[in-house]
Amino acid sequence: MRRMLLAALSRVLQGPAAAAAAAGRTGAVSEASRVLVASRNYADFASEATFEIKGYLKSALCATLLVHGSGTKLCCTHGGLTGRVAGAAVVYYCLLEVVVEEKCDLHRLEEGPSTTAVMTREEGLHYYKTMQTIRRMELKSDQLYKQKIIRGFCHLYDGQEACCVGLEVAIKPTDHVITAYRAHGFTYARGVPVREILAELTGRKGGCVKGKGGSMHMYTKNFYGGNGIVGAQVPLGAGIALACKYFGKNEICLTLYGDGAANQGQIFETYNMAALWKLPCIFICENNRYGMGTSVERAAASTDYYKRGDFIPGLRVDGMDVLCVREAAKFAADYCRAGKGPILMELQTYRYHGHSMSDPGISYRTREEIQEVRSKSDPITLLKDRMVNNNLASIEELKEIDVAVRKEIEEAAQFATTDPEPPLEELGNHIYFNEPPFEVRGPNQWIRYKSVS
Amino acid sequence: MAASAAALRNLAPLGVRLARLPPRGRAAGRLLQQRRGIRLSAPAAIQVTVRDALNQALDEELERDERVFLLGEEVAQYDGAYKISRGLWKKYGDKRVIDTPISEMGFTGIAVGAAMAGLRPVCEFMTFNFSMQAIDQVINSAAKTCYMSAGSIAVPIVFRGPNGASAGVAAQHSQCFAAWYGHCPGLKVVSPWSSEDAKGLLKASIRDDNPVVMLENELLYGVPFEMSEQAQSKDFVVPIGKAKIERQGTHVTLVSHSRPVGHCLEAAAVLAKEGVECEVINLRTIRPMDIETVEASVVKTNHLVTVEGGWPQFGVGAEICARIMEGSAFNYLDAPAVRVTGADVPMPYAKILEDNCIPQVKDIIFAVKKTLNI
Repeated sequence: MRRMLLAALSRVLQGPAAAAAAAGRTGAVSEASRVLVASRNYADFASEATFEIKGYLKSALCATLLVHGSGTKLCCTHGGLTGRVAGAAVVYYCLLEVVVEEKCDLHRLEEGPSTTAVMTREEGLHYYKTMQTIRRMELKSDQLYKQKIIRGFCHLYDGQEACCVGLEVAIKPTDHVITAYRAHGFTYARGVPVREILAELTGRKGGCVKGKGGSMHMYTKNFYGGNGIVGAQVPLGAGIALACKYFGKNEICLTLYGDGAANQGQIFETYNMAALWKLPCIFICENNRYGMGTSVERAAASTDYYKRGDFIPGLRVDGMDVLCVREAAKFAADYCRAGKGPILMELQTYRYHGHSMSDPGISYRTREEIQEVRSKSDPITLLKDRMVNNNLASIEELKEIDVAVRKEIEEAAQFATTDPEPPLEELGNHIYFNEPPFEVRGPNQWIRYKSVS
Repeated sequence: MAASAAALRNLAPLGVRLARLPPRGRAAGRLLQQRRGIRLSAPAAIQVTVRDALNQALDEELERDERVFLLGEEVAQYDGAYKISRGLWKKYGDKRVIDTPISEMGFTGIAVGAAMAGLRPVCEFMTFNFSMQAIDQVINSAAKTCYMSAGSIAVPIVFRGPNGASAGVAAQHSQCFAAWYGHCPGLKVVSPWSSEDAKGLLKASIRDDNPVVMLENELLYGVPFEMSEQAQSKDFVVPIGKAKIERQGTHVTLVSHSRPVGHCLEAAAVLAKEGVECEVINLRTIRPMDIETVEASVVKTNHLVTVEGGWPQFGVGAEICARIMEGSAFNYLDAPAVRVTGADVPMPYAKILEDNCIPQVKDIIFAVKKTLNI
């Protein structure tokens, strides 16, 4: 099996190089990035390699499944219980244990996350639905922006869904999350309904923060935004982690930033203090390879973002595979909760859209590159294939989910476009918290607004 | 860091004992009380330095609410760069009093994040000049978050430290930030003068659920002021947003904040001998500014002089003048309002130059006489 895996690996590694030669691309793409692209072609990898899937019995309802070589399904016994395969297409198995050749580079860590991921059918459907909802929500936002119903900044997350979903399912609702401006996915994952997100984007009073914040400033319980200043959220996240440690309730904080932000000085100041004080903070670099229009090779002397924490242990994870992200996040969360201090995770991911809606996203990267990632590493496709190929769900079932998601998004968009704008009185509110009402000056001395908390 | 004897003489308001002399009488009793916890019979008004007043305020608030904690450079084991937090680390330990590395942007962000998550940090800047490195966290992360989140995230934090000119510390260490922070909605900005101001405003700031910038003054730390019995209580707070009339007068209104309040009182004493009665207003709070008290005073005196240590352009005095013009008090002005400010230059080092860059008593007297046309 190992030989087959190695053969598959070498085929995959040669692949992009051959393609590059064929396309006549110059040596502008470095060796490092070629390898990175290769490791992200998980779908290729999966279809070439042989899986050893061990059945995992959780309840009498579950049957064990052995898939061998070419994919023949066998009847088998496990621990005295016999499961029967009624018919390959009809019987779905609750649990699936997958041995994943997880590409997980480690820094100052003896062991990495588990290379086996157990995913139940329910979990798979949940991940699928959540990622699909985020995808369609972002595409709807794109549409609304082009219709000028959304204005200002709009940074879309499509392509990166596996990151926010994988992270969310690995932590508890009582844990804390803070991220930068590409935040719609996290806002949804943390519990804000789609209609409230879209209504916030369209600046209506039904928005999750009443239209006061917009795309970059959405908040909910244990989710601190949505932050517009690149890198500023990182010290904030460490501060939240300090509060977690202070209160002693075994909570942790996920502090996210991008490959562009990773070069901010305040992040290194934060690494220092987090390590010094052993704050329960998981620093997560969502490396989508471009900081606005600048590729990582042009911005960073070291693109090993998982090592940039120096004295902080780090791991680099395939951010397009929701199970990889989940296992890595669980590993990191356990590390933090054990009181060992901060840990750093780099998620290698990709955004299909440009930096924001005003960036077409093709002046600094090729359409071919975007297409390649979309066809070979799309997180939703990856999950769908995995579920269908291992009989956790049928294509029809997933299509039904797609239809339901589309409907939900349409209704949310309908709400977001018809809900009224916030009343003018809202302008002066919430300057302060828990403060008796006072007056706020408008554009001239005769215009006054009342400010209530 | 201690002011020279000459500087002390310059700034000590008339009739107040210099801090250098060992305390006697009630002050000695108070010292015993502070240092050894020995309780004497309830004291009446006593002399307390601004430093001790701040220390008391921190001590009382740390004790009162376990969510309060102090962080900054040298606040713990060094007892504070200016000894404001003397004894607190020994009493409360590492969890409540935290020494930070020299990373303003980082530790300010950490403090703001901790506030968002439910703690009540007091973030000390060794001087507010260093807060410039962290100003993004103060404004964009602290001040604006309540508004952006439509009131769902509060940031109950206090940023405090010495502000403005000191003695001989030159340009990079002498800037006044009252106008900069006072500019921003979402922040509260306070600027104490006396020990009562310092203690009461710090306690009020810590108890306030909003981000408060407290601009102290290094030269005032060692100056003793009388503290009333009421002010010695553990629940004494000075309300934020309310100015105090330090001296009643009828001919001209002097409005000031922080150390120049003392200069105004000195000028008022000199002018009183010439028959000019000045009303001296101690703003106490820069934002939200109590312009009503100033207006009422101007209606009474018909003349206005603002006094501040900061630069003139876009300063606190400019704001006061603009607001007076916009309000009812304008019709009561018999002469244009006048501003006395720091000189419009980066602070030089040589003593003769530095002395002429800050508003002195003679400058205030001159401005009053100009306004009154005498």
